[in-house]
Amino acid sequence: MSSIAVTPAPGPRTPARPRGRATGLRRREALAGYGFLSPWIIGFGVFMAGPMIASFVLSLTDYDVLTSPDYVGWSNYQDLLADPKVRMSLANTLVFAMLQVPLTMMAALGLASLLARVGRRSAGFFRTLFYLPVVTPKVAVGVLFLLLFNGQVGLINSALEWIGIDGPQWTTDASWVKPGLVTMSLWSVGGTVVIYLAALKNVPSELYEAAAIDGASAWQQFRNVTLPMISGALFFTFIVLTIAALQVFDEAYTAFYGSRAAASYSSDAALFYLIYLFQQAFQFLHMGYASAMAWLLFVVIVIITIIQVRVSRRFVYYEGE
Amino acid sequence: MSSVQTMTAAPNPTTAAPPRGPAPGRSRRPLSRIAFWVILLGASVIFLYPFLWLVSASLKPRPEVFDNLLVPRRYAPGNYVEVWQAAPVLDWLVNSVTVSLAAAVTVTVSSSLVAFGFAHFRFPGRNVLFGLVLGTMMLPAAVTMIPVYLIWNGAGLATTQVPLWAGNLFGSAFYIFLLRQFFLGLPRELFEAARVDGASYWTMFWRIAVPLCKPALIVTFVFEIQASWSDLMRPLIYLRDPELFTLPRGLKAIVDQFGQGGEAEWEIVLAGSVITTLPMIILFFILQRYFVEGIATQGRKG
Repeated sequence: MSSIAVTPAPGPRTPARPRGRATGLRRREALAGYGFLSPWIIGFGVFMAGPMIASFVLSLTDYDVLTSPDYVGWSNYQDLLADPKVRMSLANTLVFAMLQVPLTMMAALGLASLLARVGRRSAGFFRTLFYLPVVTPKVAVGVLFLLLFNGQVGLINSALEWIGIDGPQWTTDASWVKPGLVTMSLWSVGGTVVIYLAALKNVPSELYEAAAIDGASAWQQFRNVTLPMISGALFFTFIVLTIAALQVFDEAYTAFYGSRAAASYSSDAALFYLIYLFQQAFQFLHMGYASAMAWLLFVVIVIITIIQVRVSRRFVYYEGE
Repeated sequence: MSSVQTMTAAPNPTTAAPPRGPAPGRSRRPLSRIAFWVILLGASVIFLYPFLWLVSASLKPRPEVFDNLLVPRRYAPGNYVEVWQAAPVLDWLVNSVTVSLAAAVTVTVSSSLVAFGFAHFRFPGRNVLFGLVLGTMMLPAAVTMIPVYLIWNGAGLATTQVPLWAGNLFGSAFYIFLLRQFFLGLPRELFEAARVDGASYWTMFWRIAVPLCKPALIVTFVFEIQASWSDLMRPLIYLRDPELFTLPRGLKAIVDQFGQGGEAEWEIVLAGSVITTLPMIILFFILQRYFVEGIATQGRKG
């Protein structure tokens, strides 16, 4: 502890020090700091900032990698606003996100509330169980989707039949493909469960005791104690899950795209934005058009995130504010 | 950091006081207790069943794949031999292991260096740069995907495995954020004392910060192993030669060749799925503490 007093940190507020030595030390520290940062600074330039500029420039060209790019102005952007497949893939993606994000949050909160009520040992056990699907590669999840949700012989419809429901053709009926994919994605809810469980464990139990003394019902306690106290975690996952859902790719691509036979399988009900972007870029080699698509996606994500932040701000409670 | 510490540390004494967990859930009525356990066990079955179904179906002969029985009537372990013969699965396994190890090692080393730079040093522009790090987390990969491909193409490496991990040499925003939190939590006196003893900045990093933050480094390593192992998009973009495929890319090829696009030889696809998934399940069982810790930390930033 005493060592602090011997060598005060060379921060901006050490006016009493002789100037020469202090600035020398400060410069040395700054140089070392930049040194440690250098991998990121180089990487940011080469793999982030540079490509962002390049991507924007490319979006103003027609480029197929083989021949040099042709400058076409804003026409890629005009084309993509008129492209019915862009519109459809964007709509598919938004529908998927609007179903998947709230359902994921509700399922995760339900499961986390259950886990918060059992003893530590069993909570650990169930948490492990719920988390297993998260480490399962999404390609395998896509395979499982095709088989478990198969309309004729899949496990889901067999189970539904068992309770007297005639299940839909999840993998071929265009209006059931997205609900099916959403349901499958709920299997990977475990990451969100872990986040909510950590948040629930941080709610001081005195608050519940006080609420119980005031005669609050279980629902009132949940509504007025639990929800506000975990609103930070809810907000965080709301944003992160939405950004992830808008970039859904692996499962749907595995199940419906890539092979010729599968191409018309789902009548493009699973053509999500990133899948169409990937096709444009790396199958049709429309690099300029795909770059414009990427920027449109970025703008959509930024707008949605801003709306979410605005709307959520009123509901989020931060400790110490 | 202080907020993270108080948030994690503060509730412990309070939750430890009552015998087991908070009061509201521990209903004393036996009926709701039974309902509670029925729901929890039901949920567990839903989470576990697809794995059991997968493993079981991968061991069934083709006509019985969809019989949905948990225990196969007839065992067909030959499915695994068949997938082994139909595709270079061993190559894919080796590729997946080497690529994900390369990705995890590089990202752990680079991100810890950068995180230490942000946590320990004062220099002009630090907060702006850290803001940029966080900002890059928002940027969809699609925006930089095409120019980055063109860079690797220009370097003559576009059809190799290098692009799958080499970007990790420069650190990754989420891990930089995570590790910075841990480095900030180390008592500053440690470093001041080392400085008095004449230690270099490198010594402070390597001999003090790194050993004390080993759990966070393992979290980073494990997360990246998993992320890299599961990646489909980049192998789809870069890998052309089937012998260079990673397991997920290979599994996608198997789906296209034998499943969806082929003659519905799903037993081969299922065996491939088990081979792709099993290493991650094993890794998770060995290191689950670190998985859970990493996820929980992510949420706590609030």
